[in-house]
Amino acid sequence: MKFVDVVQFASGSLRGSRTRALLMMLAMSIGVAAVVVLTGLGEGARRYVVNQFSSLGTNLLIVFPGRTETTGFGPGMLLGQIPREITLDDAQALLRSRAIGRIAPLTVGASQISRDALNREVAVLGSTADLLEVRHMSIGQGQFLPAGDVYSSESVCVLGAKLKRELFGQQNAIGAWVRLGDRRFRVIGVLAIQGESMGFNTDEIVIVPVASAHMLFNTSGLFRILVEAKSRDTIERAKQDAEQILSGRHGERDVTVITQDAVLATFDRILRALTLAVAGIAAISLAVAGILIMNVMLIAVSQRVREIGLLKALGAPAAQIRNLFFAEAILLSGIGSVAGLILGEIGTRVIAQIYPALPVSAPWWAVLAAFGTALGTGILFSVWPARRAARLDPVMALARS
Amino acid sequence: MIRLENVSRIFAVGDQQVAALRGIDLNIAAGDYVSIMGPSGSGKSTLLNLIGLLDRPSSGTYRLDGGDVTDLSDEQQAKVRSEKVGFVFQAFHLVPRLTAAMNIELPLILAGIPADERKARVEELMENYGLTDRADHRPDQLSGGQRQRVAIARATSMRPTVLLADEPTGNLDQATGKEVMNLLEQLVAQQVTLIVVTHDPIIGGRAARQVRMVDGQITGETGQFVGRAMPAETERRAEPDLR
Repeated sequence: MKFVDVVQFASGSLRGSRTRALLMMLAMSIGVAAVVVLTGLGEGARRYVVNQFSSLGTNLLIVFPGRTETTGFGPGMLLGQIPREITLDDAQALLRSRAIGRIAPLTVGASQISRDALNREVAVLGSTADLLEVRHMSIGQGQFLPAGDVYSSESVCVLGAKLKRELFGQQNAIGAWVRLGDRRFRVIGVLAIQGESMGFNTDEIVIVPVASAHMLFNTSGLFRILVEAKSRDTIERAKQDAEQILSGRHGERDVTVITQDAVLATFDRILRALTLAVAGIAAISLAVAGILIMNVMLIAVSQRVREIGLLKALGAPAAQIRNLFFAEAILLSGIGSVAGLILGEIGTRVIAQIYPALPVSAPWWAVLAAFGTALGTGILFSVWPARRAARLDPVMALARS
Repeated sequence: MIRLENVSRIFAVGDQQVAALRGIDLNIAAGDYVSIMGPSGSGKSTLLNLIGLLDRPSSGTYRLDGGDVTDLSDEQQAKVRSEKVGFVFQAFHLVPRLTAAMNIELPLILAGIPADERKARVEELMENYGLTDRADHRPDQLSGGQRQRVAIARATSMRPTVLLADEPTGNLDQATGKEVMNLLEQLVAQQVTLIVVTHDPIIGGRAARQVRMVDGQITGETGQFVGRAMPAETERRAEPDLR
């Protein structure tokens, strides 16, 4: 029997029980689509996080006070010690390392901002001119903080795009004065709209020179130092240098330096595991679809006993009959899988439409795995029905009414 | 052509052994027209299945075309069936989802004959059996006589040397039954060996050679009935219900 004829005969018998075949394909395609969409979502979430991280800056290290280490019951705990703060001098000292390119000290606080009668609560970021580069921000109007002496507490500020709109509307904000707490600041720039990243919305902040922020909040400590290593290869060097310089200045190691890469790798691992888990759950539906295929094929065999008897009488050997039922199962699961891939693609597109920020797209390995599993279960679960058909005794099969 | 020697067929029904055929000796020459008659349960269908290689004898030897086919494997049996044997059944056994033309084509497809040759053969057969205008009809759109004509066309599509008909007129009225018999008998003229199983003496009487069977044994030939009084009970038991 020729291959084309096998396929034609099998598709003919599927068309003979159209409803059943369609339902079967539906089950299969839902399974495949589930795998595609769910892995697409997981992968999208992973890529989203990765993008967010790299939008924070490249080759970044973050220095913050205190050691994130479990130390047990030490004298520090007894005295209720809080970690020693990092000062602007500490930050400047980091530039001594040859591995470190730029730094941006960060002080964070909340304050009331007002312009004429309008006022609101706002997050105030104290930093230096280098923040723009280090943190990959871009300026919309005017200019960023002036470069130069980081210790000078100039009364200038840069507004987030949304904040500017709320305070000034369509008016020009550059050169205008706003009040932050008990001080007046001149607006010298407006940030470009950037939106939220890592839960921090740069559209709703005000950035002032770090010294001004220290005066505003009456502090001398830094919340973070963002450190940009000179290149990807020097990240590890930069980390060691930063730790060494700061512990040299503090007399002990009381700061934590984390690299963006390490954080990113952790998130990457977590989300990849999550994607796999979700894909695994979706794959269960494929196994269920496989069992459905077996059921359908068993019904097909018992319904077509007479036909099988006839085929045998007409000279079809057992292997040929087995192949015919195999072909049917492969067609069922094959068409079902293809439909599922299309369905999954549509689902992915719909999700991408609804959540444009999420880069949803199923990874190629998931698509292949879904297709392969579907086809595999289809074939696997049709072995038994096909053998049963092939083994029928033709005399009894023909006598069946 | 067909040579059965001391052939028996014993079925196991539960823990009982039931002999459907006992010590059958039968020679049929090429181009013979033989009818096998007997009451139901006399083993005539079992004999036909044996000749058609759908079954195997429990003992004895079966030679077809000079070769011993008693112990062929399933696969070899299938090959012989495909090449040499055609079946016509009482219940027609057409595939309901296939058209008349496709039903006739089926053995050719199974044998792997190229599509253009298949098409030519099917067209010729449909013309011979007056089915050309019914080519695209499904079996349920055909009359009983037409269905059996499709079945005969299908049985002859591989140009078999032996045609086995099991009660070919059983589901037909008398007039159509006669027509069908005429068609089958025309094949004998083309050197096909025709074996008809029937319990209808009129149909069976048309054959040049008539074999009578009772209780799994051949009791007579060509009208010369070697009678043997059979208790009704044995008769019923002889061919077990296999359904």
